[in-house]
Amino acid sequence: MSNRMKNIIVPLVAVLLGVLVGTIIMIATGYNAGAAFIALWNGAFGEIYYSGEVVRQVTPYILAGLAVAFAFRTGLFNIGVEGQLIVGWLAAVWVGVAFDLPKVIHLPLAVLAAAAAGAFWGFIPGLLKAKFKVHEVIVTIMMNYVALHVTNYFIRTVLSDKSDRTEMISESSSLRSPFLEGLTDYSRLHWGILIALTCVFIMWFLLEKTSKGYELRAVGFNQHASEYAGMNVSRNIILSMVISGAFAGLAGAMEGLGTFGYAAIKGGFTGVGFDGIAVALLGGNGPIGIIFAALLFGSLKVGALNMPLEAGVPNELVDIIIALIVFFVAASYMIRIFIDRISKKGVK
Amino acid sequence: MEYVIEMLNIRKEFPGIVANDNITLQLKPGEIHALLGENGAGKSTLMNVLFGLYQPEKGEIKVKGKPVRITDPNVANDLGIGMVHQHFMLVDRFTITENIILGKETTKGGKIDIKKAEKDVREISERYGLAVDPQAKISDISVGMQQRVEILKTLYRGAEILIFDEPTAVLTPQEIKELIQILKTLIKEGKSIILITHKLKEIMEVCDRVTVIRKGAGIGTVNVSETNPNELASLMVGREVTFKTDKTESKPQQDVLDIKDLKVKDSRGLGVINNLNLHVKAGEIVGIAGVDGNGQTELIEAITGLRKSESGSIKMNGKEIMNMAPRKVTETGVGHIPQDRHKHGLVLDFPIGENMVLQTYYKSPFSKRGVLSFKEIYSKAKTLIKEFDVRTPSEYTHARALSGGNQQKAIIGREIDRNPDLLIAAQPTRGLDVGAIEYIHKRLIEQRDHGKAVLLISFELDEIMNVSDRIAVIYEGEIVAVVNPKETTEQELGLLMAGSKRKEAGGENHV
Ligand SMILES: Nc1ncnc2c1ncn2[C@@H]1O[C@H](COP(=O)(O)OP(=O)(O)OP(=O)(O)O)[C@@H](O)[C@H]1O
Ligand SMILES: [Mg+2]
Repeated sequence: MSNRMKNIIVPLVAVLLGVLVGTIIMIATGYNAGAAFIALWNGAFGEIYYSGEVVRQVTPYILAGLAVAFAFRTGLFNIGVEGQLIVGWLAAVWVGVAFDLPKVIHLPLAVLAAAAAGAFWGFIPGLLKAKFKVHEVIVTIMMNYVALHVTNYFIRTVLSDKSDRTEMISESSSLRSPFLEGLTDYSRLHWGILIALTCVFIMWFLLEKTSKGYELRAVGFNQHASEYAGMNVSRNIILSMVISGAFAGLAGAMEGLGTFGYAAIKGGFTGVGFDGIAVALLGGNGPIGIIFAALLFGSLKVGALNMPLEAGVPNELVDIIIALIVFFVAASYMIRIFIDRISKKGVK
Repeated sequence: MEYVIEMLNIRKEFPGIVANDNITLQLKPGEIHALLGENGAGKSTLMNVLFGLYQPEKGEIKVKGKPVRITDPNVANDLGIGMVHQHFMLVDRFTITENIILGKETTKGGKIDIKKAEKDVREISERYGLAVDPQAKISDISVGMQQRVEILKTLYRGAEILIFDEPTAVLTPQEIKELIQILKTLIKEGKSIILITHKLKEIMEVCDRVTVIRKGAGIGTVNVSETNPNELASLMVGREVTFKTDKTESKPQQDVLDIKDLKVKDSRGLGVINNLNLHVKAGEIVGIAGVDGNGQTELIEAITGLRKSESGSIKMNGKEIMNMAPRKVTETGVGHIPQDRHKHGLVLDFPIGENMVLQTYYKSPFSKRGVLSFKEIYSKAKTLIKEFDVRTPSEYTHARALSGGNQQKAIIGREIDRNPDLLIAAQPTRGLDVGAIEYIHKRLIEQRDHGKAVLLISFELDEIMNVSDRIAVIYEGEIVAVVNPKETTEQELGLLMAGSKRKEAGGENHV
């Protein structure tokens, strides 16, 4: 079996296994699994409204997935996507409420602010890694907490008067689209999906087609050889974290400028950044794979909301299924061996 | 029992290539059996089949007369087969003992019994004359020592049949002598050995029989006592091979590389290069002879910008390049065939084609306004692969899948093709077959004849003597003598390398 085929089949098997074990858990805990899955399906695709919500949810997932994947392809583990997303969200909303500009300037400015904030949040661990060899996993995890509390502080003191959320952003910086909303029976679908898809293209083009991408990938695989070849290893590590952080920051802009239109004090993480790790993993860190993985997780997340209503199943079960899928993807080595065995038997 | 191992009519395919085609190899008990063939002929593949890393498409393996299926290395271990790989497989941060017992730990109450393990390791190492310090970390010991650890690993697992894949390619002449001694001890202790090597001298010295393969096909097995190096070489390559490289007198011109009073410290802060003076002129090949660890590596790193120098001067075509960034140094016209092909020479997870532009990817025609032209990259790669006879299924194959010698040929091709004013060649022919060595030597001399400067670093005195126009002997970070290869002998070089004698040759050097 060719490698490409395997790369497609392995995640599919992982998803199936996740669903299967999820079913067993539901049956074991006395829920009607059939009804639950029908509810899940209806909650994601049953009405055009739900489909609009799925696409809306897919948008930040794609960007968060890109952020993780970009770092991974260049040899780094960016566990800080969540924090970069949060600061991006705040930066976008800040620009959204603070200025009054024509839309052609204001919206791009707000989007870029989010990217810049995320990039800065990625720059710090990148710098620490490049200059002092501090492992990026530790720093990025820490930076997540810093992001959470710093943004909460700003929202409470600078962006509002001791309130727990900011004002709404001005219309000129909003990604919301009456057209898309109308198309999907007034879901919160917004223009952000176009930005996300553009970023998928950018990531692919940057990594696979440019000389900078060649350099980034080379450094990711073999720092010694890259140094020998005259590449600046430190600068490439930092750049990789900056670009990854920018994608994550854009994911925040999707929430701030699209879905919500404001930023609110958070008691905990949004989870989108962490789900981005799962998206990248399931999507094999490739552009197309990420789109499909984001679609899957987006549907699960949105569809899950319907499970308690229609089938009386707690929507936490979907989180369990997602966790199981991630588990089976991570254990894909097992699945690969299994597939090898089967295909070998088939030959003989 | 006539044979301990019989590999009969083995066939192994990889996508786009037949690596082994109907090969038969029979190992008698107590013999050292050489496996000889060109780079990419399929030697490592055949041994990996025997060790259970690959499954053959066709053929039969018998151990002590019984047909077996070796599905993975554990099965091989249980059958008493051990392998010392071409590229070592050790955990850097573990001690020697920990590496040896890895996967076969003796435990006491659920905890690893490291005391007992150390005792066992000591016992085996004494029995086979493989002196090691069981508590030393792998990262702190020499390549020769690491190899001993690999051998001990197989013995600890009770191996009766040992496979050595190019064990001498990475060793210094002194270490090779020791290894040969070890091989003889192993045979005395009742082991049987399969030895892969490109060095015909070694085959003549220690082996009993030799099986030759060419381009994946078995050519036959001959008794060493009934053959000679010339016959072996032509059996393996399929044509006559000359061992001496012809070359005309060199016509040295202006200085290309000029090093004055260079001082360099190693990673522990100790001075490894002390007031070193050396120059290489256009149109000459200067060979650096020396025992490993006398500053050769640091000297190359200092010139190429990979290591900071303390003081002194390194001039390239009259321009100071000391402590310049590697890319800047490269752009002044320095090419570098690195000593460690896996660490520095290649990005193993890139296709071989992309590895061919490792230093030039950002330049036209490979990159235009920051966008790569894969058409240009792969057409360049195709040319180089053909010119330097790199045996690979295609230019899209990952560098990792190439045989060791072919990886080396790819690097050499890349560096020579850039036509640098100064070519630094560190152990350029390590792991190459005799035919390829002949070709590479020719290319180095051709560079010289085109008026380029070549700095050759090698532990092989044969190579230094054959190829160089001048030989600089390095000892404790200093050039202690510069001699003319025509006026010196291996004995004299040996003495100089041991630091017992200093010599000035015609006032030509700045020592
Ligand atoms: N894992 C692999 N995937 C694809 N091709 C491979 C793989 N391993 C080896 N090959 C190919 O099989 C052929 C034989 O390779 P092998 O490593 O056995 O050569 P070798 O005789 O050991 O050469 P060398 O002396 O250079 O080490 C080569 O053409 C190589 O490119
Ligand atoms: Mg080999």
